[in-house]
Amino acid sequence: MNMSLGLMLQFSIILPLLAVIGIVLTAHKPNLRESVSIGSSILLFFLVINLYIGFQQGATISVHWWELIPGLPISFSVEPLGMLFALIASFLWVITTVYAIGYMRAHHEQNQTRFYACFAIAISSVMGITFADNLFTLFIFYEVLTLSTYPLVTHSGTEEAKKGGRIYLGILISTSVVFLLLAIISTWFVAGTLDFKPGGIFSPDVNKTVAGTLLVLFVFGIGKAAIMPFHRWLPAAMVAPTPVSALLHAVAVVKAGVFSILKICVYIFGIDLLAVLPSTQFLLYLAGASILLASLVAMRQDNLKARLAYSTVSQLGYITMGALLATSSGVIGSSMHIATHAFGKITLFFCAGAILVAAHKSKISEMRGLGQQMPITMAAFFIASLSIIGVPPAGGTWSKWFLLMGTIEAEQMILMSVLAISSLLNIAYLLPIPFHAFFSGDKVTTPGSGIKEAPLPSLIALCLTTIGCVILFIFPQPLYELSQAIVESAGFTHGK
Amino acid sequence: MLLGHYNYWIVIVLMMIGFYIVIAHGNLIKKIVGLSIFQTSVFIFYISMAKIDGGTAPILAEGIEQYSNPLPHVLILTAIVVGIATTALGLALAVRIKEAYGSIEEEEIQNKDNLDC
Amino acid sequence: MLIHLPVLQVIIPLLAAPLCLFLTKPRLVWLFALIVSGLAFLISGLLLQQVMTSGTIIYDLGGWDAPWGIEYRIDRLNAFLLLIISSISTIVLIAADTSIRKEIPADHHVLFYILYLLSLAGMLGIVATGDAFNVFVFLEISSLSAYALIALGKDRRALWASYQYLIMGTIGATFILIGIGLMYQMTGTLNMEDLSKRLPEVSQTRTVFTAFAFLIVGICLKLAMFPLHLWLPNAYAYAPSIVTAFFAATATKVAIYLLIRFTITVFGLSFSFTHFPLQLLFVVLGLVGIFVASTVAIYQTNVKHLFAYSSIAQIGYMIVGFSMTTMAGMTATLLHLFNHALMKSALFLALGAVMYRIGTTKLTHFQGLGRQMPLTLAAIVIGGLSLIGVPLTVGFVSKWYLVMAAIENGWWPVAALILLGSLLAVVYVWRIVEMAYFKPALAGTETIKEAPLSFLIPIWTLILANIYFGIDTRLSVQVAQAASMSLFGVTP
Repeated sequence: MNMSLGLMLQFSIILPLLAVIGIVLTAHKPNLRESVSIGSSILLFFLVINLYIGFQQGATISVHWWELIPGLPISFSVEPLGMLFALIASFLWVITTVYAIGYMRAHHEQNQTRFYACFAIAISSVMGITFADNLFTLFIFYEVLTLSTYPLVTHSGTEEAKKGGRIYLGILISTSVVFLLLAIISTWFVAGTLDFKPGGIFSPDVNKTVAGTLLVLFVFGIGKAAIMPFHRWLPAAMVAPTPVSALLHAVAVVKAGVFSILKICVYIFGIDLLAVLPSTQFLLYLAGASILLASLVAMRQDNLKARLAYSTVSQLGYITMGALLATSSGVIGSSMHIATHAFGKITLFFCAGAILVAAHKSKISEMRGLGQQMPITMAAFFIASLSIIGVPPAGGTWSKWFLLMGTIEAEQMILMSVLAISSLLNIAYLLPIPFHAFFSGDKVTTPGSGIKEAPLPSLIALCLTTIGCVILFIFPQPLYELSQAIVESAGFTHGK
Repeated sequence: MLLGHYNYWIVIVLMMIGFYIVIAHGNLIKKIVGLSIFQTSVFIFYISMAKIDGGTAPILAEGIEQYSNPLPHVLILTAIVVGIATTALGLALAVRIKEAYGSIEEEEIQNKDNLDC
Repeated sequence: MLIHLPVLQVIIPLLAAPLCLFLTKPRLVWLFALIVSGLAFLISGLLLQQVMTSGTIIYDLGGWDAPWGIEYRIDRLNAFLLLIISSISTIVLIAADTSIRKEIPADHHVLFYILYLLSLAGMLGIVATGDAFNVFVFLEISSLSAYALIALGKDRRALWASYQYLIMGTIGATFILIGIGLMYQMTGTLNMEDLSKRLPEVSQTRTVFTAFAFLIVGICLKLAMFPLHLWLPNAYAYAPSIVTAFFAATATKVAIYLLIRFTITVFGLSFSFTHFPLQLLFVVLGLVGIFVASTVAIYQTNVKHLFAYSSIAQIGYMIVGFSMTTMAGMTATLLHLFNHALMKSALFLALGAVMYRIGTTKLTHFQGLGRQMPLTLAAIVIGGLSLIGVPLTVGFVSKWYLVMAAIENGWWPVAALILLGSLLAVVYVWRIVEMAYFKPALAGTETIKEAPLSFLIPIWTLILANIYFGIDTRLSVQVAQAASMSLFGVTP
């Protein structure tokens, strides 16, 4: 590969956009169109892998585009946290595309060209977010992501979808415009720069009240992180086709949210400043409340996707909390959780979609005994649940461990017990589903009712992500190293 | 003192009369009449302002030292042209409105518009 | 030749207007008007370039020295405005021929172009001149032609709207005339530059206060500042589409220019903002205008009405920026002046295309239009996003600068309110999006086709400008900054 790393970085953002053109041009030849999608996703993953290799060898990769507003350039660079997120997002895009082809065709969805095109734009903006070198660039791609995923949420065009779309767009746009933009402009005013710098950009003698207020604005403004009370958009977005829920609303969009929070905590505020801000404590408890409340709400949901959505809200709380803990273990746990939760949750959504396509069921109460017809799907569901709960043999174990360590380091005993209780709740709302599917006495579905496993592409996809969950448990080393690199680059002094 | 500025009083009274007609009357023609009075008061204001006590018409002649200011007159000539154009346009519109609505009463026109909606 | 540019800017369209009468063929007249407007565009471009490099141009009309003669004074601010007006006018005119053939009876076509050119000349004149009374004359030229243009609308309500506009507009203009008269009475001059020198000597007199009050109220009527905006929605909604596109982008901008020119250049910042609670008044009215007009826009059933109310809201943003009386605030206002002209002309032109195809702009008729007129509707969506202020569009740039200016001033609540106000734009834009893209087409509308090229070219030119100036802000920001610097007397 002769391409320079900087060029590759730019291509990882532009490539999905080129794919959009290809997808639109081949709109009338579905096979060709899907080939374009798959081809570009594989190529993107390849690019990101190359970037990763280059980055591991110590190359500094950064690209400067142009100044959109004098003093505010659009520029990109690779740093460990972004690398981690980019790897996950690009890898899961490949798998989701495979899954989507099976799902969309089996489900006879309309407007598939629009679907694949918007999907590619969304991935492009996720890549933009991951590699953004300053808050301004991040914000731009953040907004593009919101707008490009809107047509995906309202894909079916039904009244319910439109309502969901309204809530989705309403909350995400309002929070980002009112809180986030205000926070960004104010930060620029106070700090004079928006570049992500290890250790933060505020001077040490910055007014604590102002900085604390800004932190609150940031956390509320990043609605994609779904901290209560701005979480309603996530369940509302579940009207979207399952591949969208899987990749975007379990991985790309929500992770873009917590990723932004993590990045702002580490590179805008700096861990040292974060630890002394008056509002940090409040936000930590808010995240804790978000974890517990969302788990409780999840238990009451009978719709599988809604339950998974609330589970996501709760898990996002973990990551936000980890970031705000301002300790090295907290940050490591948070960044690892971005990865482990991504694999776990996408598997669960893949399973939910497979059940919808193959058995036309979306309610949990109807899934009793389904394990006999769809054993692979249900087994995958079981393993992924373990990852979410955080027990071996699944990757979630490690991230939860570090998060727990983080709470102890920060001497937040209340939050530690929140994490413990929440794990119990996870068990309570996730495990009964595979359990009833395999061992339920009163079978709602009788054998021979014609229900089989989902289409092959979907099945392959969900098996791959399940294997991913297990691999993350067995070989967590690369993931840990990247997370460790974040902490090192951030120059920790506190909590070590 | 108050009477010394009687030209202003005339201007103000005329202006208020014109303004009142524009606001209070629903008849489109009357409104235009009001508007004309309103504008005319301003013309008078300009012209009376140019008058200087003891000044004559601004024609250069032997033995005359004080002239009235000719500039406001010129300005107002322009403004009068504008005023006429406005009145003409307003009346033309009134004619067209009468053709279209069959009325030149504000209330009736608005009622008809509301029915259309 | 080059030294006569300031007067050519105004005189070419002014003289061209009656010449149209000799070219009896509407097509020919259209071409002629387009060329004239294009020439004006060219001249304004040259002027701006000249002003940016070598400073203010002073041109004495007929060779008479100011303050006796009329002086045209082109500084960075007017050059910027001239460019906005003439560029928008030219681009909009491209679609005129197609559009008015559907909307205006054939025997009025030639008249339409005459009025259009007169109106253009009037606006250019207001901006170019440095003489206060000349402002009034050009104001009336542009207004009178505007009343007639609006009355050309297909709907009979256009007549009524035009009549109301005539009454309000004349009152406004007469107020301005009174203000100018009182100033003349105190200083004996009509030249703006001269006025700004002589007014401070008499600034403590009641006459000057009265003059100021009349002027401001008159200008605010013209610029449709809330709550003096009542004439605007109907005038914009029922005028021919081309007229709306042209006026929405330029007419109120010219009035904003007058506001800036009189308060800052002529009366001076310290007079305007210390003797009157102007700052408080404008901030409050600007913000209330944003919220009230945006909320009203949400409930409109006619898309033209909707965007007309949105225009009133956008004027609110400019007023808020203006009221900050800082250079940053002024830059934001000027930037938004330019950006809003780009958005609104594109949007109203796109509505003109819709009008051309389906004969109405009622929101309910937008059902399923996203499939039938994809390019036009895509333009409306992008224009709408720009209105909301989404990144990578011009709207974002103006919002950024406005909020930045508010924060610099320490006006935190204002900054938050500005952002909150832009959310209302999301609501009214999204009503159109949902209608056009997520509803099935109405029965019997299968035959609707995409708008003709003569529409698509100007619309997309403007939309691409919306994106271009949202991505590369160097030019617009630089000019706006230079203009506000020259206003505040700072040499760059």
